Amino acid sequence: MSATAPVMVRTESEHGDHALEFGVLRRYVFSTDHKIIGIQYILTGLVMALVGASLAALIRLQLGWPERQWTFLSQLFPKGMPGGVMTPEFYLAVVTMHGTIMVFFFISYVLVSGFGNYLVPLQVGARDMAFPFLNMLSYWVAFLAAVVMVVSFFVEGGAAASGWTAYPPLSAVAAAIPGSQMGQTLWLLSMAFFIASFTMSGLNIVATVFSLRAPGMSLWRLPLTVWSYFIAAIIGLLAFPPLTAGAVMLLLDRHAGTSFFLPAGLVIGNQLLPNQGGSPLLWQHLFWFLGHPEVYVLILPALGVTCDILPAFTRKPVFGYRWSVWALVAVGVLSMIVWGHHMFVSGMSPFTGEYFSIATLTITVPMTIFGVNMMASLWGGALRMRTPMLFACGVLALFGSGGLGGLFLGNATADMQLHDTYFVVGHFHMMIGGVTLFGTFAAIYFWFPKMFGKVMSEGLGKAHFWLSFAPFFIIFFVQHFVGIEGAPRRYYSFTNYDFLQNTRGENLLISWMAMLLITAQFIFLFNFVKSLFAGRPATANPWEATTLEWTTSSPPPHGNFGAAIPNVTRWAYEYGVTDVNADFAAQSVPSSRVPVTA
Amino acid sequence: MPMPHDAEHRPSSTLESGLLALLFAGLAIGGVWYGAGISLPELASRHGAGIDAMLNYLLLTVGAIFLVGYCVLAWLIWQGARRSIIVSRLATRRTELLLSTALGLGMALIAEGGVLAIGMPVWAEYFGSPPSNDVVTIDVTAQQFMWNVRYPGPDGVLGRTNPTLIDDSSNPVGVDRSDPASKDDLFFQNEFTVPVNRPVKVRLHARDVIHSFFLPHFRVKQDAVPGMTPEVVFVPTRTGSYELLCAELCGLAHYRMRATFSVVTQQEYDAWLDREQQSQGSQP
Repeated sequence: MSATAPVMVRTESEHGDHALEFGVLRRYVFSTDHKIIGIQYILTGLVMALVGASLAALIRLQLGWPERQWTFLSQLFPKGMPGGVMTPEFYLAVVTMHGTIMVFFFISYVLVSGFGNYLVPLQVGARDMAFPFLNMLSYWVAFLAAVVMVVSFFVEGGAAASGWTAYPPLSAVAAAIPGSQMGQTLWLLSMAFFIASFTMSGLNIVATVFSLRAPGMSLWRLPLTVWSYFIAAIIGLLAFPPLTAGAVMLLLDRHAGTSFFLPAGLVIGNQLLPNQGGSPLLWQHLFWFLGHPEVYVLILPALGVTCDILPAFTRKPVFGYRWSVWALVAVGVLSMIVWGHHMFVSGMSPFTGEYFSIATLTITVPMTIFGVNMMASLWGGALRMRTPMLFACGVLALFGSGGLGGLFLGNATADMQLHDTYFVVGHFHMMIGGVTLFGTFAAIYFWFPKMFGKVMSEGLGKAHFWLSFAPFFIIFFVQHFVGIEGAPRRYYSFTNYDFLQNTRGENLLISWMAMLLITAQFIFLFNFVKSLFAGRPATANPWEATTLEWTTSSPPPHGNFGAAIPNVTRWAYEYGVTDVNADFAAQSVPSSRVPVTA
Repeated sequence: MPMPHDAEHRPSSTLESGLLALLFAGLAIGGVWYGAGISLPELASRHGAGIDAMLNYLLLTVGAIFLVGYCVLAWLIWQGARRSIIVSRLATRRTELLLSTALGLGMALIAEGGVLAIGMPVWAEYFGSPPSNDVVTIDVTAQQFMWNVRYPGPDGVLGRTNPTLIDDSSNPVGVDRSDPASKDDLFFQNEFTVPVNRPVKVRLHARDVIHSFFLPHFRVKQDAVPGMTPEVVFVPTRTGSYELLCAELCGLAHYRMRATFSVVTQQEYDAWLDREQQSQGSQP
């Protein structure tokens, strides 16, 4: 692939000082600048993370101390926790909303849309996204989606309570569970807005990477961050439409009397329903045809940013760049053909179970290659143990332990016992919970100086890591084994089962660790806000990194690169070279000054 | 744009990297030690031995990779933070190729090898065993939030059902009483009794939403889906009283949709059947 010139180069007059002519509203609220939009996504996502984390705290209060009365909470949730004890319907609404908010409104907003927006144009050397107005629209639709989701807590029957997977008939029939009244309708509506927004944002990323790369920025010179967002965007664009169709069908089943997912003979609340001919399994196929690729949409950006953060702190290039790119491509392709491993005991044909086992486990090849490459990137390096590096090491560790859990769940025979137990909960929290969370934090600590022109406190950042990693690891590692002992997920309590009595101690440990973990996040919030207002000014390139965003000021001006777009001469990993007083060369350093590796 | 080295970018003290290395190695060693002390619910079925073999194979191989991986990561961090100058910049293409293919394929061998050598035979046996003559058939209709259990009685035939006849208080399964085959059917709620060492066939229905028939000690889990009638066949190998759970979120009381699954000797089973036939047969 040759170093192609960009197809659409904006002329200078469109940018630069024009930003100053806009009012505050156009500059910071309805801005079309990808950097502002990225920050808007990040701040929205962080607020949603507070909601999601509070819900996690409620879940752990219930599971750690099932009979305890929390009188102060009865004032906050008079309906959900009368007398201080949570009701089962409130518990299920909390579980459903915790999952939904963390997956779609925290990780997707902060890491995927937020950093995707912020980093992709800067790193490819563009002045903005390909479609700035569409970009602004995508944020405001996403904002609307978040508002609708939060509002659903306050409607009759409460928020949706059928799990983030929303399996019908539970999610389709209002009488099946209180959350399936208005709450589930708003949940579906919010998801529709989310998908619309995510589609706009994905199109923008694909178009930007294809058409707005700076001169010299060939595909093989793209940083792995850009590769990961590019592939995640393509996966998202391909995988979301079936869920969109599914969501419309579910809405019709709920409100228009159709029977897409409802078979004949359903009796709910002693009432025979008139539906006939539908299949509950159809929803599961549509949901997981998105749902499985979606986990890669979330996780690939975390892996991509980690690959770009590591070299800045090992002072050497990433290991096996091209292998890593091909691994990302392979994962993207394979992610589309393995969704059935979520359905091994669903009643689908056992033959498909065999296919999905074998197909799923082929993903071990690219994922192992990628993981090994990340680890080997430390090999022979001179490590600088700064905050982003600590979180990047956390990503490596959690990717290893989380990925290995996949060997159990992708295997139909092992999954028969482990399906829908806490093993699954532990596994996906390590991956789309942990890899993404630590990747998000690594990214925030790393790019905060660029975004806001301020340096975050290193001491607080490190305290945040040290109080977060071990609790996080212990919580979700132990959950795997609670699952092996047989505890099913989405249980309000385990006190009714003799054989689960030995999980009491583990649940108590998990709950204490969860409280510690959640408390530690306030260090981060404090650091974030304090640094925003009182942080030391940041230089243009505080980490001595090579990608293009570090060649412009912190924060970058409107239009990103001043008068001239950088001319890219080399790949993104030119570390360990000899230059004037530096061991690295930015991607735009002329080849006459530092020899080009790739 | 080259910049002079900032003093704060000098290698930090090795204390922190040492602690990080210790943390990773410690979590891995502690994790394996803790995990080794955890066991699956005590096994009580024949095919379950195969599932346990699959799980134990994975626990061993994955546990070893996890331990080695975390220790290597710890070592790389510990070593790397002691350097102020890198000692290796770019790996040769050969090294990249070797490491990628060796570890990628090695992991695939462990994962796919396990599926093909251990997993698939168990899976095939579980789903593909030929029907046996002495099978005990049980018809189960799951509903919010109970298990309706029905045995065919002496004629060996289950009576017809019809959802229009369902009534929560008198006929939760919707049995057609006009069907002669239904006369001797035996009904229970949340209670199963089966003889040891004979195949048990459970036919699963769901009346309202999806439920899942989970017998942890028997390594049996099968969703009960409205509109479908999946079947599971397994052979209990130990007598005793076990717990049945619902493993698919089905509503408010999902967490207490519990049933008792009793495995008894053939004599006890016969005596129980006689007793139940007399007591249920005497009812109108």
